[in-house]
Amino acid sequence: MASGVEQKGREYTLENAICETAVEIKNADGLHMRPAMQFVDVANRFECDITVSNGESRADGKSIMQMSILAATCGTKLKVTAEGPDAQQALDALKELVEIKMFGEPPPKYETEKSKTKTTES
Amino acid sequence: MPANGQFLGDTMKFADFMCFEAVIPELQATDRDGVITELVTALDKAGRLGKGNCKKIIKEVIKRENEASTGIGKGVAVPHVKHSAVKDVVGAIGQSSTGIDFSALDKQPVYSVILLISPVDNPDRHLQAMENIFKHLQQDKFRKFLRQSQQADQIEDLMREADENPSL
Repeated sequence: MASGVEQKGREYTLENAICETAVEIKNADGLHMRPAMQFVDVANRFECDITVSNGESRADGKSIMQMSILAATCGTKLKVTAEGPDAQQALDALKELVEIKMFGEPPPKYETEKSKTKTTES
Repeated sequence: MPANGQFLGDTMKFADFMCFEAVIPELQATDRDGVITELVTALDKAGRLGKGNCKKIIKEVIKRENEASTGIGKGVAVPHVKHSAVKDVVGAIGQSSTGIDFSALDKQPVYSVILLISPVDNPDRHLQAMENIFKHLQQDKFRKFLRQSQQADQIEDLMREADENPSL
């Protein structure tokens, strides 16, 4: 969804582009202080404003204090909204951090017949 | 609608995890590691850390602190670690009128230190306690009242009141 978009022929200015994505917290320990700091570090690389919502409260994605208050547990889905020229890049980077890199932390332990792998904390 | 079935109303209150016998209105230590030692020792003296775990926990908290400062700004620090010595989250608090260098993110001294020791296998409890701590520490009034408190029972009263009145 984009707002504030100026249409000049086929050109669009994306200065006020608003982008949104949902991310799910996948690491076992959730969004404790260390992941929250990583999130804020990544968010601060971008110009756009970043807001994170857990459905009840909203946090400034660039504030470590506010992000820590979200206290998102493993399995929590967060809505990340970015507004500004690099909004989409910001969302891509944050989604990668949260869901793919999982903040460099292990997922919840599952014990199965097939594999009992020892998870190591980074 | 709760995101993962957990209502925010389930958040822990200070009274649920703070050890009010481990409230230090004026820390003796003037350096970061000394403060950590003082707070862990207070919890140990209050019998909250099992037997023979004090030194190990001090080491672990310092190690965690070295990885990334828990001095997140506004004069507060929240050193913490997960350890098998505790079955549920336990906290201690210390105040320093002179200020401690915690290599805080805003490069300012730290005046209020809340130490948290959390169980190993229950990350959600840790998050709930941290949520509570940050929610209150974020508020200017709460931090101000904390710094003004001169006695342990004043700090306890403040926390109990904050539990009842979140806008404090």
